[in-house]
Amino acid sequence: MSGPRRPLPAWADVALVPLINIALAFVTVGIIVRIIGADPFHALRLLVVGALGSSESIGYTLYYATNFIFTGLAVAVAFHGGLFNIGGEGQAYIGGLGCGLAVLALDRYLPVWALIPLAIAASALFGAAWAAVPAWLQAWRGSHIVITTIMFNFVASALMVYLMVNVLIAPGSMTPQSRTFAASGKLPAVHDLLRGLGFTVGPSALNLSIVLALLCCLGVWVFLWHTPGGYALRTMGHNPQAAVYAGTDLRRMTMVAMCLSGALAGFVGVNELLGVHQRIVLDFPAGYGFAGIAVALMGRNHPIGIVLAALLFGALQQGGTELSFEFPTITREMVVVIQGLIILFSGALVHLPRPWLQALLARVR
Amino acid sequence: MPTPPMEAPPAIELLGIDKSFGTVRAVKGVSLRIESGTITGIVGENGAGKSTLMSILYGLYHADAGEICIDGKTVRIEGPRDAIARGIGMVHQHFMLIDSFTVLENLVLGAEGGPLLAKGMAAARAELARLGRDYDLNVDPDRLVADLSVGEQQRVEILKVLFRGARILILDEPSAVLTPQETDRLFRILATLKERGVTIVLITHKLREIMAATDRVYVMRRGEIVAERRTTDTDPEALAELMVGRKVRLDLDKAEAHLGEVRLKVEHLSLVDSRGVRLLDDIGLELRAGEIVGIAGVTGNGQTELLQVLAGIRAPTGGSFSVCGRTVDRAHSCDPAEMRELGVAHVPEDRLRQGMVAAFRASETSILGHHHEPPFSRNYIMSNPEVSAHCAQLMELFDVRPRLPGLRSDSFSGGNQQKLVLAREMAHEPKVLLVGQPTRGVDIGAIEFIHRELVKSRDAGCAVLVVSVELDEILSLADRILVMFAGRIVGEVEQRRADERTLGLMMAGAGAG
Amino acid sequence: MDDALSLVFVMLAATLRVATPLVLCAMAGLFSERSGIIDVGLEGKMLMAAFFAATTAAVTGSAWLGVGAAIVAAEVLALLHGFACITHRGNQVVSGVALNILAAGLTVVLGAAWFARGGQTPSLVGEQRLMPLFFSKAGDNILVYVALASVPLTWWIVSRTRFGLRLRAVGEMPLAVEAAGISVAWLRYRAVLLCGLLTGLAGAYIAIAQNAGFSRDMTAGQGFIALAAIIFGKWRPVPAFGACLVFGLLDAIAIRLQGVRLPGLGEVPVQLIQALPYLLTIFLLAGFIGRAVAPKAAGIPYEKER
Repeated sequence: MSGPRRPLPAWADVALVPLINIALAFVTVGIIVRIIGADPFHALRLLVVGALGSSESIGYTLYYATNFIFTGLAVAVAFHGGLFNIGGEGQAYIGGLGCGLAVLALDRYLPVWALIPLAIAASALFGAAWAAVPAWLQAWRGSHIVITTIMFNFVASALMVYLMVNVLIAPGSMTPQSRTFAASGKLPAVHDLLRGLGFTVGPSALNLSIVLALLCCLGVWVFLWHTPGGYALRTMGHNPQAAVYAGTDLRRMTMVAMCLSGALAGFVGVNELLGVHQRIVLDFPAGYGFAGIAVALMGRNHPIGIVLAALLFGALQQGGTELSFEFPTITREMVVVIQGLIILFSGALVHLPRPWLQALLARVR
Repeated sequence: MPTPPMEAPPAIELLGIDKSFGTVRAVKGVSLRIESGTITGIVGENGAGKSTLMSILYGLYHADAGEICIDGKTVRIEGPRDAIARGIGMVHQHFMLIDSFTVLENLVLGAEGGPLLAKGMAAARAELARLGRDYDLNVDPDRLVADLSVGEQQRVEILKVLFRGARILILDEPSAVLTPQETDRLFRILATLKERGVTIVLITHKLREIMAATDRVYVMRRGEIVAERRTTDTDPEALAELMVGRKVRLDLDKAEAHLGEVRLKVEHLSLVDSRGVRLLDDIGLELRAGEIVGIAGVTGNGQTELLQVLAGIRAPTGGSFSVCGRTVDRAHSCDPAEMRELGVAHVPEDRLRQGMVAAFRASETSILGHHHEPPFSRNYIMSNPEVSAHCAQLMELFDVRPRLPGLRSDSFSGGNQQKLVLAREMAHEPKVLLVGQPTRGVDIGAIEFIHRELVKSRDAGCAVLVVSVELDEILSLADRILVMFAGRIVGEVEQRRADERTLGLMMAGAGAG
Repeated sequence: MDDALSLVFVMLAATLRVATPLVLCAMAGLFSERSGIIDVGLEGKMLMAAFFAATTAAVTGSAWLGVGAAIVAAEVLALLHGFACITHRGNQVVSGVALNILAAGLTVVLGAAWFARGGQTPSLVGEQRLMPLFFSKAGDNILVYVALASVPLTWWIVSRTRFGLRLRAVGEMPLAVEAAGISVAWLRYRAVLLCGLLTGLAGAYIAIAQNAGFSRDMTAGQGFIALAAIIFGKWRPVPAFGACLVFGLLDAIAIRLQGVRLPGLGEVPVQLIQALPYLLTIFLLAGFIGRAVAPKAAGIPYEKER
């Protein structure tokens, strides 16, 4: 019964393998930095300082991490149900649309404590709805969810361009963006709150969405491992036939998994629009949906791992921005390269270091 | 001056073959000789190492140690390509045929006769016609494999081997999917092949077939050859004893059944799939409390589907059945969760694919289907301590080893997995127990245990329906035997009056109903 | 009358121009997917190829060297995909997504570092580009004809050669191929290499024939449209070619319809027409237009026990 691949001890599987995979990604990036004629160690130092050097940069790191937590959780929840949701990008986009529409419709009538929860609910609802269509197609019509979610990203993008250019554009505006939200449509920034409490930190985009993100982590953890629904979802992910045997309706469960996933991705809109932009803008998901795949893979689809991976990605995003100011030859897209390499090494090539590690551990013993 | 006949070298000689998978030593220093132009049987229980040994010979696995000689010469077999080049062909238990290809395309795959197909295909067509005439193996070259019957597909497999000019033919459990009559036809074909000088190795766990078809037999147990016999010098009882390593008691001590109320009543039940294939056809049966009814039949005659329908996994397309007062038909379908609530427990045929989740801890597997019930879940929150305690209790009751609820489900042996699934299903004192292949892939010790538990639950008043392709198992377990063929129940026999021959005829669809 | 004829000619030429990279890419993906290796990384390979084509053409002044560099770049990514999916049995979709993201980042990083134009390469002129062969207005450069030839060639290879038979077999049931004494890995690597070759040509076309240089994300989802065309063509070359032409026509129409009011319909949103290939594919996948059945073993890593 047992295959040729001997299992590694649990600690190696949980900690060592991901670390080696990240290290491989970073070594590769170092080589690329070298190729374009910069000193990788100097770049790394700048990156770390840029991400963590001041309260302001830490704030930005956490702000970026918030987005990564949302999309990472989105990918992970679907993944536990055996579904590969590549549509986080589109779901975040449409989630943001829902959030923005709710605020635009009601910000003149409702106070902040009523509007914000409504807008959050609207992003979840719209994100879930955008994921529900591919889920329905998979559950009832058997179309492959990877392909349909990819297609839905493009459709979301086309739809948003149309709406922004033709419908939602603020009167008199030259750029395709909506009117600015009223004050009741703003999620408080963390630096403002801290100032209220007597702490002074540098201003950053970090806002209360991060609390929502951490609550989502807790919620996902409880749901997946401590509720019968999560049990059924994981059963479906590991073994759909056993799930049917256990009495789970696979179609319904597919809808549940994807709608949860879409709702989580939709919260990117909360962080971006309610927290920062204060209006609906084009292209605000900016690759967070795709990066969510990297975050989930690196975080082993577990909320704690996802938080750690999101922090790393947030730091990269923030540090990369700072780095590009210092180094004229290194652009912000270096971060995208790192994301790609991390998906490659901790996703597709996850088995790469295994044989070496096995040999090594066997020798040590 | 006539030279005295030289003794021909053996077709196959294996010396000290060793093979491990991880920590499991599947084949331990096996040596054997197979004479040219004979039919040799290799017999042993599931997991005795027969298939692994032959897969090594065919190059699908690499031996860790040992030597292979073909026609007296030591050879290295790195892959199937080398084996084919040495004239070895193998008919696998799971056919290596591509459903969407025609017979001809399957035949030439790997022996196309040049980079362009046209010429090779034409030559293959002619060769196929010749082989068909010579060996009575006619198959239409242009039909899709998906449209062929199982027996025909097996003939294509044999044709593939002959087409490559093989002189050594290995068959792995060839009769597993055949009716006894189709099996007879297969053995006639093998006899013809032997007459033409082909060396045949037959892997099986069915002693009857060894006795009927082979010249010589090797018995394997736990990765070792434990005996070699001339078939004419031995008998099934002796072989069975060698196979399991001690006297086997095929019959089970069990008291007379005390019949109670009717728990399950099936009337005119039918199931037609989306392509219009009739999988179940006008099934009728009754199952009473306190009896075990066995369903015999060759794999693929509707037993799987019958269990699925009765367990609520598939909805019937016609007819109805009632369980404990609930009637299920096309308009009033039922899901497995509701069935479970009605008191129907189900041990599925394929436990790894249906009855458990390989990656789950044993404790998680031990509540599959009951995960939303108290005490495991209350107010939508699961209690992991309760789940572990429950699993530990089941393990104690059914002697599942090792007793570790935290271990991954697939790290248990087949027998222990099955005991865990059985324990889970019996734990809730079901009114009706549906069991598919109760002892597939299970070691001898566990088989006896499982049989005893099933009888115990019958004596406690449960209505038990057992589906098995092992006729011996049905004969020893069941109080009443139903035979399925082509989606129908074609016969019913009391256990006392049952014998293998009549059942075999029924399984082939030839018996009187 | 003349007007109508010239309109037909213009539309036909525009369709072919737009369809060329789609066709090359679709044939590329077809080889890969028929062998059982799902490739959502067509886009990334094409993008990388486009970048290196433009870079090499700009630096050396030769369009042909640009084509060569494009092929090499696409093959490197193709081999990486093969290494991850075939040798290491990684998840094929994950690998494809990784390569797309990697290509999107790397082309801009390298471009910005080498040319300092925010990720663009210098404009190409004269010998640095592939020029039309017969009709200067139609843009019928050599790669357009290569794309047209690739369709019957792919059909012939897949259905009439030994390699094609084995390719189809390995996408359906790799174990049967292994049991027939054929190496599954080598067969799949060859398919992936063919895929790299064709995506390389597609990328070169975009950067040095259709356009005069590389700009960031210039493939703009065409790799995914090609993927849609493969599904639309049910993994068969000629129908996939048809789908590419339809998608190319849609694009040509979208460009002409920009700002035009149609009688009765009003202004058709360009975005709708741009999204049509994706919407149509979704409809197809939903089973509303026939049924698309993928090769059976596609996406499943082949695990060989030893």
